[in-house]
Amino acid sequence: MGYRLTKEACDGVLQKLSLNHTLFAPKRFTGGGPFSGTDLIRYGKIASADEIVLDAKSAHSFKEALLPITETLFYFTEEQMKEPDPPAQGVLVFLRSCDLHAVRRLDEIYLRNGAEDYYYKRIREKTRFALIGCPTAFDTCFCVDMVANRSDNYDFSIEQDENANYLIDCRAADWAALFEAAASQTLAVEPSFVAATPTRVGIPALLDAGVAAAAMWDQYDGRCIKCGRCNFSCPTCTCYTMQDLFYTDNGKAGERRRVWASCMVDGFTDVAGGGCYRPKNGQRMRFKTLHKVFDYKQRFGYQMCVGCGRCDDVCPEYISFARIVNRLEEALREVKSDAAE
Amino acid sequence: MPRNEYQPFLATVKEVIRHTDIEYTFRLAYEGPVKPGQFFEVSIPKFGEAPISVSGIEPGLIDLTIRRVGRVTNELFEHYADRKLFLRGPYGNGFNVDDYRGRELVVIAGGTGVSPVRGLVEHFANHPEEVRGLTLVAGFKSPQDILFYNDFSRWATKINLILTVDAGEGPAHCQVGLVTEHIPQLKIQDASNAAAIVVGPPVMMRFAIQGLLAAGFAEHNIWISQERKMCCGIGKCGHCRINDVYVCLNGPVFNYTQGKTLVD
Repeated sequence: MGYRLTKEACDGVLQKLSLNHTLFAPKRFTGGGPFSGTDLIRYGKIASADEIVLDAKSAHSFKEALLPITETLFYFTEEQMKEPDPPAQGVLVFLRSCDLHAVRRLDEIYLRNGAEDYYYKRIREKTRFALIGCPTAFDTCFCVDMVANRSDNYDFSIEQDENANYLIDCRAADWAALFEAAASQTLAVEPSFVAATPTRVGIPALLDAGVAAAAMWDQYDGRCIKCGRCNFSCPTCTCYTMQDLFYTDNGKAGERRRVWASCMVDGFTDVAGGGCYRPKNGQRMRFKTLHKVFDYKQRFGYQMCVGCGRCDDVCPEYISFARIVNRLEEALREVKSDAAE
Repeated sequence: MPRNEYQPFLATVKEVIRHTDIEYTFRLAYEGPVKPGQFFEVSIPKFGEAPISVSGIEPGLIDLTIRRVGRVTNELFEHYADRKLFLRGPYGNGFNVDDYRGRELVVIAGGTGVSPVRGLVEHFANHPEEVRGLTLVAGFKSPQDILFYNDFSRWATKINLILTVDAGEGPAHCQVGLVTEHIPQLKIQDASNAAAIVVGPPVMMRFAIQGLLAAGFAEHNIWISQERKMCCGIGKCGHCRINDVYVCLNGPVFNYTQGKTLVD
């Protein structure tokens, strides 16, 4: 059902929802941007509707709601091992369609690829999603080409009309009464979805793993500085590293954590005794790129990349992932003609 | 809720076999399903976890052969050798004994690569009627690096054993040279139907496979076992992914027809 709510009424609903959920949404951090006088948009806890940034893209994704950057798995004392307490309340995540598609990728790895992940599952079960309507694409977005621009698996959608009232399409049966009671009008609401993007990508239909032999990857040996920002900003990157530690003020106690890891950063493939796979930056770029637009699909049947474009937004070397994808066709031709010679 | 796969269990150390200063086999009490070629995460609270191949399986026991090369294994050698160890697993597919039954089998292993195949070799050494001949080519860098020397002495009468060191003067039964130098001299009746297993450092594996193919082995009759950094063992952490496979879930044992397509 669709509803129109004033800001005050919307705040009232959010306040009620916050009794059982942490509200996690893109927020504006004034002056927090990387350049002087710029703001940073990133996810954080919100309490009222006007804190939700509806008109700009967040630099990082929502994924830390489900996968904390650092997550304690066990606390150790001398002989005991204790799991951290489960999250006391659920999370309501406000996100755009591309990010909602990314949730499926996180679920694929953490719930279906091998055994279910205990820690992911216990927060995922308590997580609900509010779709932020997305009327126009940002410069680096290419969600339409990745078929991630439309969604219908949200609990409710939210966007503003021309009078700064909130338009809601509520699909969660248990929350309909909440909106109904607060609404100033009941009406049909269809959330806005991007229909065209300024950035376009084309993944070669006949892409194959042989493209790894193309010369284009060597360029990134020099251009990429393997900082890993592309991975950390990506809503679909899921890798982590185990990290044990003991407390400096009491070495008998400590904990085991998992922390986000990046296939671009040194150490990712190091094995005991000094072995390392993919030492060169270009090889890592190839590995990451093919995962996003080829290998993942080979395994799970659909593309991993959702086209949010954040990797392009955050790269300090101005490397465009979209451009890399668009070069694959030519790289494939190069590899095929080399093979023919 | 699902079971917490990250929760390790305690295994009692029954015996520690010291091969070299930095390579020990920990013999642990273990009841449960396990196959040669599978691995466990050895889990030392406050120090970390390390994936270790099962190097031996006996009723109620498993062996883990561990080289002291890092933070986790240092702590293990210093403080855990006579106690209990936390483990998770077993993980991975392991070797399927049926793949080799009734065939001529050649196993080529380098260094700690002997660990994952040791259980399999032990099985066929004790059941020689199950294969039409078993050859083990085991290579080590130097005489000081030889692991499982007692096993080799035992196996020498049961299987066709070629023990070799890259350089130096080896003990009895030991030759000098790279494992690949022995491939052309293998006494195989029907190479096109014989099976081979290759485990070891990447360069050794590449040249050993080239040698086997040149000797007439078919690609689909060669199996390899891959070593990667496996943080979780359950398809989550991503460190061991190559192309569309997760070494911890789909491997570490791969048929070469698939293994050759995997580009790191």
